[in-house]
Amino acid sequence: MLRFILLRLLQAIPVILVVITVTFFLVRAAPGGPFDSDKAVMPEVKAALEAQYRLDLPMSQQYFAYLGDLAKGDFGPSFKYPGRDVNELISAGLPVTAELGAYALLVALILGGLAGIMAALKPNTAQDYIPMSFAMVGICMPTFLLGPLLVLVFGIYLEWLPVAGWGDIPGDKILPSLTLGAAYAAYIARLGRAGMLEVMSQDYIRTARAKGLPEWQIVVKHALRGGMIPVVAFLGPAFAGLLAGSFVVETIFQIPGLGRFYVQAAFNRDYTMILGTTVFLSTLIILFNLLADILAAWMNPRLRAQLGESK
Amino acid sequence: MSLLNVQNLKVSFHTRNGEVKAVDDISFTVETGKITAIIGESGSGKSVACYSLLGLIPMPPGKIEGGSAVFEGNDLLQLSESELRHIRGRDIAMIFQDPMTCLNPYMTIGHQLMEPIVYHKGMAKTEARQHAIELLEEVGIRDPHSTIDSYPHEFSGGMRQRVMIAMALINEPKLLIADEPTTALDVTIQAQILKLMADLQKKHSIGIIFISHDLAVVADIADQIIVMKKGKVVEHGDRQRIFKNAQHPYTRALLAAIPAGTKVVSETQSEALISIRNLNTWFGQGKNKEPVKAIKDVSLDIRKGEILGLVGESGSGKSTLGRSILRLVPITSGSISFDGIDLTEMEGQSLKKMRSRMQMIFQDPYASLNPRMSVYDTLAEPLLLHKIETKKTVEQGVLKLMDDVGLARGFVRKYPHEFSGGQRQRIAIGRALATRPEFIVADEPVSALDVTIQAQILDLMLDLGKEYGLTMLFVSHDLAVVKHIADRIVVLYKGEIVEQGSGKELFENPQQEYTRQLLQSIPGRALLG
Repeated sequence: MLRFILLRLLQAIPVILVVITVTFFLVRAAPGGPFDSDKAVMPEVKAALEAQYRLDLPMSQQYFAYLGDLAKGDFGPSFKYPGRDVNELISAGLPVTAELGAYALLVALILGGLAGIMAALKPNTAQDYIPMSFAMVGICMPTFLLGPLLVLVFGIYLEWLPVAGWGDIPGDKILPSLTLGAAYAAYIARLGRAGMLEVMSQDYIRTARAKGLPEWQIVVKHALRGGMIPVVAFLGPAFAGLLAGSFVVETIFQIPGLGRFYVQAAFNRDYTMILGTTVFLSTLIILFNLLADILAAWMNPRLRAQLGESK
Repeated sequence: MSLLNVQNLKVSFHTRNGEVKAVDDISFTVETGKITAIIGESGSGKSVACYSLLGLIPMPPGKIEGGSAVFEGNDLLQLSESELRHIRGRDIAMIFQDPMTCLNPYMTIGHQLMEPIVYHKGMAKTEARQHAIELLEEVGIRDPHSTIDSYPHEFSGGMRQRVMIAMALINEPKLLIADEPTTALDVTIQAQILKLMADLQKKHSIGIIFISHDLAVVADIADQIIVMKKGKVVEHGDRQRIFKNAQHPYTRALLAAIPAGTKVVSETQSEALISIRNLNTWFGQGKNKEPVKAIKDVSLDIRKGEILGLVGESGSGKSTLGRSILRLVPITSGSISFDGIDLTEMEGQSLKKMRSRMQMIFQDPYASLNPRMSVYDTLAEPLLLHKIETKKTVEQGVLKLMDDVGLARGFVRKYPHEFSGGQRQRIAIGRALATRPEFIVADEPVSALDVTIQAQILDLMLDLGKEYGLTMLFVSHDLAVVKHIADRIVVLYKGEIVEQGSGKELFENPQQEYTRQLLQSIPGRALLG
């Protein structure tokens, strides 16, 4: 087990290196620079700024210097927010984004899970078709459309919920979490349905019925675990998707999270900020994929035994 | 008074293609302490009849059209779902065919065993656990104190079936419905499970309904036999009468289909087509891992034109030996020569060329046929690939093959799912014959088929063997089948040859303890002589 985790962590290192390298050179290849401005800046000032941020060095030296800093856990100073470094900015935005992501995941798991199980218990009836049609719509609808729609209906017409913000007015966290979670709820509903349908047709469910267990016990005790394995395996990629989606949602709802910093950093050509956030997020995604894989394996006694053997 | 009295039971399935009468007006009784066997081929309605009594058929599309099934004064067919549930698993328990899939892979066996008694009788978990351990011991699970916390995949098929039996018996039911409980098991394990069931039945004095497609299996244990065909009971009576004096032609056909008799072997000995010397095939060799020695130092000659039967239990290495000869698995050491040519060193193109002279037929004809290829495509492919026919003549070639294996020409554009198991196996045989091979490895080619179909396919293989002048390695776990078809029999045990000889020698005078055990496990041998 430990060996499996270590191996996967080791495999992550080259992946992250590639991410760093590609991002590093891509942002520099993009036209414009962090200190370009509409107003004319005195060449001496610009040169001084560039020297301060090592931009005057050859590209390769910049690259290795950055790697050196990174190895020490230092993402470097922000180019646009003078006096603040990227570590500070990330730790300021992260709690908000993490909270938003957690709520969205909760929404996705509860809504999606319930819809999937419901649909699988009575396949090809209204109980299946109705939630699955919603799921289809959920998958097709992009967040930048769903968000404004929800705001329009619940915020403006019905005036039930605030239209923007995060943690300022009670209830302002509901719409962003729903917007971000909806698409994943839809995916999870479909995966959960397929997984449960598969499991409910297994011979051991018939065995459980032959024992005379009531239907809810059969579903909860015998079917749920096997049926939810595909959902758990999907949590890793879902997490990545949630992070990507949070950029849009944070922008729509004016939420001061990591996503908004990230988008602004890209507009501003804030090289270190873009790099820092990318590296940080990719590491998180790799970690969560690993976690989801371990969890999915752990739920299957057969795989668990194999993991145990490779100790 | 009988334990279960079924009268005029009718069950039908309402499908898109109209109503199918799965069970059409059947009546039977089951007595306490007796075994009632229901015999029939797949689709005869034998399982549906029993499942419908317990409300275990999917409804819809299934529907119980009429009849009654009185069990202890209650008509099972009139009970509500929740009333029925309290009888299921408590008074009437079930065992199913495939122990590999019938236990929940995500729960320990202890947990699954305790479930019925905790649910139906409200027994405390510690007490239920103690009870489960005792029962595991009774059904012959070694060291139940620790194995009770194991998961199903840690057990073999036979052991799992024992667990299933323990689970069915935990509430001391009055009636046990066993649906093909030994069909998926090796012949020696089958004998053990049958004995266990007979013992338990006497000890606990329960009534058993034993569903099977194989008359031979129930020959030793059934008190009463019911024969079903197409949803109807065609014959029923006590065991002696059915075996000695069957009235209905279908029952007689079933009896005749039990492979019996030993093949008469001509004395002339031809030269060896295949010579195997000191063959070893090992798997999973690692730095500090002990390899699995599937084949250990096997030397064997297969003579031109003979059918060599290879028998053994699962895990004996019999399939691996067949695959090693065709070089489908890498061999570890030793030599294999085919018609004087050394196969062991061969690679790439030359091996591919040799392969057209050697073919394989698999157990499951459904899994080994491409579902997206019609019969025509399946048979034409090897003909064209090995340049046996040209584009112009290939249609004739395909039709000739279909004639040879007994498939109607009209089926040529149909796809595998449109055929029955026996017909699919005919397609697979046709495909194997397409390259005009000299040697065929048939790996359990009839194990998945109903007995009457099994007999047809065996006869077909015998005929084709003669017509095409084939040499065959016939791999099977079923001694009766091998005895019927093979000229010589080789017994494989744990990767080694323990005995070989003609069928007659082996059956009349087995030299090795293991062979004797195998022979004693053949079901129904007392009645069949």
